[in-house]
Formats: sequence, C-alpha cells, structure tokens
Amino acid sequence: MAWRNWLLPGRRLRELGIMGMNQRNADFILPYNQRSRYPLVDDKRRTKDLAQAAGIAVPKLYGVIEIEHQVEELEILLAPYPEFVIKPAHGSGGEGIWVVSSGAGGRYRLAGGEQVGVDELGYHISSILSGMYSLGGLPDCALLEYRVRFDPIFDAVSYQGGPDIRTVVFRGVPVMAMLRLPTRESGGKANLHQGAIGVGIDLRDGSTFSGVRRESPVEHHPDTGGTIASLQIPHWDEILALTARCHDLVGLGYLGVDIVIDRDLGPLMLEMNARPGLSIQLANNAGLLPRLNRVRSLETVPESVEERIVLAKELAASVSGKRNSPEL
Amino acid sequence: MHNLHVRILATLLVVIGCGLCYYKVTRLGLPLLSTEDAEVWTVEARIEFKARSATPVKVQLAIPKSPAGYTVVDENFVSSDYGLTTEDDGIRRTALWTVRKTKGYQVLYYRIQLARDPMAVTTPSTLPPPAVAPPEYPEVLRPAAQAVLDEARRKSADVLSFSREVLVRFNDPNPDANVSLLRQDLQTQEDWTKRAIGLLAGGGAPARLVNLLMLRDGVRHGELTPWLEVYDGQSWQPMNPRTGESGIPKDCIVWQVGDGPVLDVQGGRFVKLEYSVGRHTQEMAVVAEQRARQMGSRIMEFSLFSLPVQTQNVYRVLLLAPVGAFLIVVLRNVVGVNTFGTFMPVLIALAFRETKLQWGLILFTSVVALGLAIRFYLEYLKLLLVPRLASVLTIVIMLMAVISLLTHKLGIDRGVSVALFPMVIMAMTIERMSLVWEESGAWEALQQGFGSLTVAALAFLLMSNKQLGHLVFVFPELLLVVLAAMLLLGRYTGYRLTELWRFRAALRG
Repeated sequence: MAWRNWLLPGRRLRELGIMGMNQRNADFILPYNQRSRYPLVDDKRRTKDLAQAAGIAVPKLYGVIEIEHQVEELEILLAPYPEFVIKPAHGSGGEGIWVVSSGAGGRYRLAGGEQVGVDELGYHISSILSGMYSLGGLPDCALLEYRVRFDPIFDAVSYQGGPDIRTVVFRGVPVMAMLRLPTRESGGKANLHQGAIGVGIDLRDGSTFSGVRRESPVEHHPDTGGTIASLQIPHWDEILALTARCHDLVGLGYLGVDIVIDRDLGPLMLEMNARPGLSIQLANNAGLLPRLNRVRSLETVPESVEERIVLAKELAASVSGKRNSPEL
Repeated sequence: MHNLHVRILATLLVVIGCGLCYYKVTRLGLPLLSTEDAEVWTVEARIEFKARSATPVKVQLAIPKSPAGYTVVDENFVSSDYGLTTEDDGIRRTALWTVRKTKGYQVLYYRIQLARDPMAVTTPSTLPPPAVAPPEYPEVLRPAAQAVLDEARRKSADVLSFSREVLVRFNDPNPDANVSLLRQDLQTQEDWTKRAIGLLAGGGAPARLVNLLMLRDGVRHGELTPWLEVYDGQSWQPMNPRTGESGIPKDCIVWQVGDGPVLDVQGGRFVKLEYSVGRHTQEMAVVAEQRARQMGSRIMEFSLFSLPVQTQNVYRVLLLAPVGAFLIVVLRNVVGVNTFGTFMPVLIALAFRETKLQWGLILFTSVVALGLAIRFYLEYLKLLLVPRLASVLTIVIMLMAVISLLTHKLGIDRGVSVALFPMVIMAMTIERMSLVWEESGAWEALQQGFGSLTVAALAFLLMSNKQLGHLVFVFPELLLVVLAAMLLLGRYTGYRLTELWRFRAALRG
C-alpha cells in the first residue's frame, strides 16, 4: 500500500498525526500563547531573571552590554572570565551567538577555532546592539554569560558546539523531546535547519532512538561517527521537571524549552521559544498531534509538576507504543 | 467556534460580493468581460456669428434627444460668458445661450459623446400623431399631386406602403410630366423633403421632417441630412426621402425633429453652424457605466468611475494589490514558498507593470546582484546596522540611476523605468539576502531570491491580467470575495505542499 502514501501524502501524514505549520499556528500558538507573554521568552534577559527568581538553573549571567559606550571598556569587562558566551538578548535560531575562550596576547578563540581580537568582539557586540539579530531590527542588548561545559557523554556525537535538548511543553505537560547534535555543517550550532542532527528521546526514560539530519534518517554522527541511538541522557527526570516548571514561569501554553547539560552544574535552562519548530516530529519519527490532542482534551491539567511528569510519561507510553518502535 | 464564526463571515462576504456583482451585471448591464470595446463618437456643433453691439444675444440650437441605439457618454456646452439653459418639450431638446451684452465674433460649441450601444435604453416616442397638416404646395400643382397620390394609393395597402409608393414615384429617375412638375424649382435636399412631406400630407399620411447627422469619422464641416418620418398609426417610422426605403442609415443620429430652424440667433449676424465628427474606441465598461448612471441606480453613485480619471488610474492598480496579496497567501500558507519579506513580491510585481516582465526581471536581478556585491564589500568594513542599511539604500538608488542612464544612452527605453522599482524594498531585499547568504549559505540565499522573483513574476502575470483588472475595477465588491477567501485561508490548518516533502521520511514507514 506504499503507493497510496505517495498518492495521498496529506491523508497519510494526518493519519500519522504529523502537525503542519498552519495547524501549529492556528490551533496551538494562536489560542494558547498570549501575545503579551511573548516578551518573557523573546527577551533572554527577562527569561533568565524569571528563571533565577523561581530557582530554575540557568547559565550564570556575567554582564549585559546595553550601550555602545560599554564596548570601549570591553577588555576590562571580559578580563575576569577565561571563557564566556556572547549572545543577543533577542536573537533567534542561534544567530549571533559567539562562544569565546580567552587566549594569549589579547586574542580570543571562538568555538570554531577562529582567533579574533578584542576589536572584532567589539564589532560583533555593536552589531548585536544595533539590532542585527533581533526581530525587526530593533535595538538590542548583548548578554555575557557562563560558557557551558558540556557533559562528556555527548562528546562522541557532537561536533564543536554543545548539544541541547528541545522539549515541547503543552499546557505544562512535556509532550515530545529531542536531542540536537551539532555537526560540521551546522557550524557547531544545535540548529536543525542548519544541518544539526535531531534525535528522538523516549520521554519515559530519557534514552535516545532514531535521528534525522536534513529530513533524512541517520544512525551515526556524520563527523564523529558516534552511534546516535541508545544514548542515555543523564538527569532525565530533572530535565522533564525543569521543562514543566518553565511553563509555569512564562504561562505560554505551547512552548519549546531548550536545556543543556553542564558537566558540573547539571541541567541548565538555556532559552525558551514561543514558536517551537516541527522537526521534532521527524526526530521522534512520530506526530505531535495524538499527544497534543490528548492533553488538549483534558479538562484540567494537574497542578503539581510531579503529576504532570507522570502524565507525560503515560502519554508517551500510550501513544508511542513500544520503545524503539514507535507507531510509525 | 472560531471556525464557525469565520465561515459565517466569509459566506456573508461572498453573498454580498456576488450579489452586488450579479445585480450590476443583470440589471445595470455592466459587462463581465473586458474584451468588449464600444465605438464612441464625438460630435461637435460649432456656432459662429458676429454679435450686434448693444443688443442682447439669444442663440437657440436644437440638440439631440437620447438618440436611439446610442448612449450619451458625455455632453457639454462651451460658452464662456453666456447663460445656458436646455429645454426639452418631449419631442425636441434645445440649448439656449443668452447674454445681455457682447461684441465681435462669437464662437459657441456644443459637444456630445455618443457610444454605439445595443443595450441602450430608448424611450419610444409614443406621442399622438399631429393633425395632418394641410398640403404645402402651390395650388397649381394640385392636379399633378392628386394624380401621383391616386396612383400610389391604388398600389398600396397601408400608410407605410402608400408613403413608399409616393416616394418612389416622386424620385423616379425618368419622371413623367406630373412628377416633373412637382419637382420643379426644388433646390435643396430640404426643399425636396418638404415637398415630399407635403405630398404625403395631401394623401392623408402624417409625415414630418427630421434632421439626421451622419457619423463619419473625420468630418470637419458636416451638415445635417433631412430625412422624413411617417406615422403608421403607432409610431413614427423613418424613411429615406430619396428612395422610400424605411429606416435610417447606419451610423447616424437624429439631431432634430420637426422643420423648425436648427439654429436661431437673435442679435447676431453672419451666422455659421458646422458639425464635426470624430470616432474613437472606448472600453465598453465606461459606456455601460454611463448607461447605468442614466438609469438612476443608487449603486452607481459609489462607482469608481465617478472619481477623477487620474485617481481612477491609481485605483486600477491598487485594487489589484489584494489579488496579489491573495496569491502570496496561497503560495505561503498552502504551498509553503519562502520569500524575502511577506509582500515584497507584490510590490516588485507592481513595478513590473511599468517595465514589463522580461525587462523587470533583468533590471531587478542586475540591481540586486550589483547591490549584493557592494553589500559584501560593506560587510568587510564592519558597519553598524542602520548606517549600513542607509548606505545600501543610497547605493541602490545610485545603481538605479546608473542603469537608467546607461540604458537610455544605449537607446533601450525600458531600462529607464528601473526608476519605478521600490528602492527601499530593494535595499531590504539586498540586506536580507546577504544575511541569509552569510548565515545559511549561498545556495539558500539564491534559492530564496529565486523564489521571491518567481513569486513576483507570478504575481505580475496575475495582476497584469486584463480581465482581472476589469473585474476588480468595475466590480470592486468582488474584493469581498477575495477577502472571504483570505479569511478562510486564515483558518486553514492543513499541510503546506512543501511539508509533504519535508515529512517524506514519515511517509516511508
């Protein structure tokens, strides 16, 4: 019956519960995400403040550069930190993020191996301030923050940058998660659109299964050769709880939460996204709709985070079927 | 809930839009198709005379009254200092110019634009027949007339055939003695026709003189042609006074009914009256619109045709923009094409209207390509965002000027119209394209650029469709239907076509 899949692809995708962009926008983002709450996630500084106030672990903020004048004193500002990350407060899609470690003689090393001077860092920060990476080109500020030391468990499957875990949380219930592994093609960024690998995660125990890269299934990391499936993500329950609490923090019904795992500090919430992408379905080889509809049909969602985690695991178990062989 | 609301609203909009359109087509006769052109005649009557000093001047000119088969598109009177009134006594219309004091040569114009229009409303003249006038010929002709009339009456059945017989005899190329006598000392065509009318009256057939204006393109010093009409008991039937054939010639209008003077000037000498006629074609829609207006429909008060021509032309373009926007909606939300800027392709397509597609594409591509090259150089200079955008804008404008100059020197006129491109949009396109180029690679940037250009070309093809332009301008209410479709697509939650490809991995399972 394979030919029917190709003849009526829309119907087949519908059967699989794959959600399209239009449906995401019309049925989930518009009704569940209040416009007034967007700034909470679009401004990474506010997200960080909120999270810290609520006791959610985030990469430590070293400083904020808000005005051009501060760029002149950049060297003094950066002096105490051998490693740091510069990112735009309103950036999206990982644009404008520089991961820097100080080198000898006033040089700085970027994650890609490139050496830059302080003036180049300054120019980059000026670009951020002038709004180059923000939506609509509005003036922005640059954040200086702690550079995450990635858990070595992912060393075999990531290239240069660090992997992160994207979880889609609907009404406070984590519904689907994926591990995003940077590749050479993605330039060390965990951005699927740029060629990073998306790996499906079993919500019940935090183990990985199939991966996709550029919409095609992969089993090994193209640069390191490491096997992608059957990785065990550490601190999994903690991560799930973290994502569920993030929902309470910003009150967005349909939310993407990005989490990284630090070698020493454990899971840290990196950022949130009010319009999480759809590739997570490909990574998990499963559609979001069955799970979303299940949560949508609930009259009330349990208040306590623990109950919601239980719910999330039940959901994953009932809809995905057996492990390693989800319903597709 | 939302969906129901949107659907009801959309249905309402479609009903209103289509309903108005249907009414306009069926009741007001506005054409749905743009292909129809109407012949429009411009007739000008020029009156020239020398005013007597110190006497009031009164000029009376007979003017056409809703000519059969034609719609009056426009009518105007050119007379600087004169007071003007028009009168309509049911049979004829007259224009009356008056002035108390004037001097020297005076020129007055009466101008009317007529469109041939088979659907034109004609009010049949249902006036009762006048009493048959006593025959108008000298007593000496009476026996000769009687002989002709008797013969004609024998060979005819009713008023019309009788009249025809009389006219045929009267116009016989080999006249017998009676007819020759009757035709004596008839000099002008008008005398000839009047004698014929007199003859017919003598035979008891009511007849009257009408003056026709032949519509011949390029006539400069035209004159009216006398014709006659016979009352057959119900209505007046025109008849050729020279042959007896019924009907009036093709391409002519009745200028005046009755034998009164066409022009009467009091207080003036050396009076001269000339007609000139010109022809051009005009859109049927304009004519139909005028006709609908004459029918006194309230809806036509809100027609775009009532705007000044210049504003009309602006709206002809503007009203197409929603159609282009709808295309973008379909391409983005149903097909899933990525473009630089949401409505950038529509604006580019609007610019293409002036340059035409081929040149538009060439010019757009060259400006963007050159701009991109310079933008990459600016990247090297590490400029801040807003000054950099301003520089790109400046460079785009200079590039446009250079291209205009070069193409002008080379004698390629189309190239000059590069000036019509929306330069801010171009600058933003270049900026975004270079960002995508840096961030996602040249392939992605070219792909998006090509996609935008394709969408712009599609939008242009759609928006330059003559039929579509006609529809939205004559029936702007159809935009409600477009709006309804947009609203419905606003709640479309199905897959985009590109998503079917994107999720193909899922289909393999």
